[in-house]
Amino acid sequence: MASTEYYNDRVVRLFLLAATVWGIVGMLLGMYAAAELAWPGLNLGIPWVTFSRLRPDHTFGVIFAFGGSALMGTCYYVVQRTGHCRLAWDRVAECTFWGWQLVCVLAMVTMPLGITQSKEYAEPEWFIDILTAIVWISFGAVFFATLARRRIRHIYVANWYYGAFIIAVGLLHVVNNLALPASLTKSYPIYSGVADAMVQWWYGHNAVAFFLTAGFLGMMYYFVPRQAQQPLWSYRFSIVNFWALISIYMWAGSHHLMYTALPDWVQSVGMAFSLVLLMPSWGSAANGLLTFNGSWHRLRSDPAAKFMVLALVFYAASTSEGSMMAIKTVNSLSHYTDWTIAHVHSGSLGWVAMITIGSLYAMAPRALGRPEMHSRKAIELHFWMHTAGTLLYVAAMWIAGVTEGMMWRATQPDGSLTHAFIDSLLAIKPLYVLRWSGGVLIWLGMWVMAWNLWYTAADARRKVILPVPVPIPEPVSPQTPAPLPVAG
Amino acid sequence: MAYRHFEFIEKHAWMLGILTASMVSLGGLAEILPTFVEANRVKLEAGGKPYEPLRLAGRDIYVREGCYLCHSQMIRALRFETQRYGRFSTAEESVYDRPFQWGSKRTGPDLARVGGKYSDDWQRVHLTEPRAVVPQSNMPAYPWLATAEIDAAEIAARMRTLRKLGDPYTDADIAAAAKALDGRTELDALVAYLQGLGVANEPRPAEANAAATAPVARTSP
Repeated sequence: MASTEYYNDRVVRLFLLAATVWGIVGMLLGMYAAAELAWPGLNLGIPWVTFSRLRPDHTFGVIFAFGGSALMGTCYYVVQRTGHCRLAWDRVAECTFWGWQLVCVLAMVTMPLGITQSKEYAEPEWFIDILTAIVWISFGAVFFATLARRRIRHIYVANWYYGAFIIAVGLLHVVNNLALPASLTKSYPIYSGVADAMVQWWYGHNAVAFFLTAGFLGMMYYFVPRQAQQPLWSYRFSIVNFWALISIYMWAGSHHLMYTALPDWVQSVGMAFSLVLLMPSWGSAANGLLTFNGSWHRLRSDPAAKFMVLALVFYAASTSEGSMMAIKTVNSLSHYTDWTIAHVHSGSLGWVAMITIGSLYAMAPRALGRPEMHSRKAIELHFWMHTAGTLLYVAAMWIAGVTEGMMWRATQPDGSLTHAFIDSLLAIKPLYVLRWSGGVLIWLGMWVMAWNLWYTAADARRKVILPVPVPIPEPVSPQTPAPLPVAG
Repeated sequence: MAYRHFEFIEKHAWMLGILTASMVSLGGLAEILPTFVEANRVKLEAGGKPYEPLRLAGRDIYVREGCYLCHSQMIRALRFETQRYGRFSTAEESVYDRPFQWGSKRTGPDLARVGGKYSDDWQRVHLTEPRAVVPQSNMPAYPWLATAEIDAAEIAARMRTLRKLGDPYTDADIAAAAKALDGRTELDALVAYLQGLGVANEPRPAEANAAATAPVARTSP
């Protein structure tokens, strides 16, 4: 059937490029920050390379610049493919790309200069926050306008997650960043003390929920069936998991403040909901994994599918770890230690980065007009580098975290503390070196991906690729099933 | 709910959007609104004052340098914590903290009650070159603080902003900023802030005694 409409893959390609660049930049910062913890001399006495100023740069770089670009790019790709229509408002869509890059550059430049709100994962100051809100609303507008012009009536499940991600992150961002500016580079939040702590960790936890989980689940629900080349294991199961996940997550934020001055009842509510949260989390992971039933042999030949499967395994593992860490007794040991860092990285390197990398390898050839990626062997190499690096990193930080927790609470028979604080640092210093080496492996793996994408993009760089036409479906008869035969 | 109800949601983007927005709002509303009400009741008793200019400047430097990324300011109500760091932290101690500095990670020790534990001179040397006093430390050095001067007009502007948010600064407090900050470096300010931690915003002794007898969560020995 002749088609006059083409998919807008230009903006998808731009985001693909941005995600690759930010991935390398963000992980380089992480690697350097990790090295500074092992060898403090690397701070060099220069303010803007000092650990305490680089760490927010690393987290912002990997979460919002790398993860954000990957999410927006795949979101634009998926909503077009599942709706059989071109992206709405080409110009606005392109503006969201440049706007988001501007936000990232501004944030990444100002934070090392000491321009920060000091709220974790929401460090950029008020003028960047306002710009972020504008870009985010435009992104949401493009997404929902595209949904409105879809040709497939039923909205595919991947889009629910992308939609929830856009709505919730917008809400969280605005509420958490309400502040009164004192000057261009300094503002004070309207909340103080306990209220500020509650709002911040409601934000911090749900940034994990909706940025690092819901968004990437959207990616998963499209690219996993695509790569397994068969439909989702259970569509109905995905409905249950979706509504459960988005409603329960928002209650769990207070588990970041166990045994603190936060009212006790809020801590307990947070703990209870964190435990319940395990069910929809494992539900989504199971749904993704079971989708490979009957096509597990593809793992032998398709390294992108390997990334996805391991991502789902890590997702299941780190969500159960998270629920366990929300139990008050466990939390009394794990809180403030490197166990938290291990948990975050098993989630971010294992789940988020792997599902992103797998999806990028699946999407890139299609968006770049090639039958497949330039080198399959390079994907294979990247897979093993990333997996080995992640395991090394996470194992080192687990051991470090439990060591710290145990040493801080150890007491002598007479009731006095066994260890001075510095003892715990000395005990885990070698593990900081091990963690750094895991980070190096992961970072080098990102270069392998960049190299592979560069050659896959050869046609795109020469501007000789053809736009992909939208398959406009024939009008279909109303989807009402035939009446059941009357029982005789 | 029968499947057809879900079918209706999944075929109408506006319905999906509205339902998603309401489901994600529930948890936040249920936890944040009551917390606000409780937090509003928490007040430092008479005599508790917001940060004076030098300590406010120091606090902003603490925020700027990102100290909260390695140091918590929240002693949990656990015995091994109170043994190491002192009485557990209470809500009223951070009523003037915008934003709060409870932290989430201890690469270094908790600082909620560090005030007075070390001399001013020790703090100065430690901030400028930590390994001069603690050879095994992995804390970064902050040598630039010693030479950076504080802009008094800027701090006065910040105090006015905080007053708009409800912190009880008087005109006299703000006018006194210029004199208090004259010739002081960022290092002076940061040391003043650290030396006030757990000392200046502490509830009065009578109340402290009452709190100390309150049961503390027991931990495994």
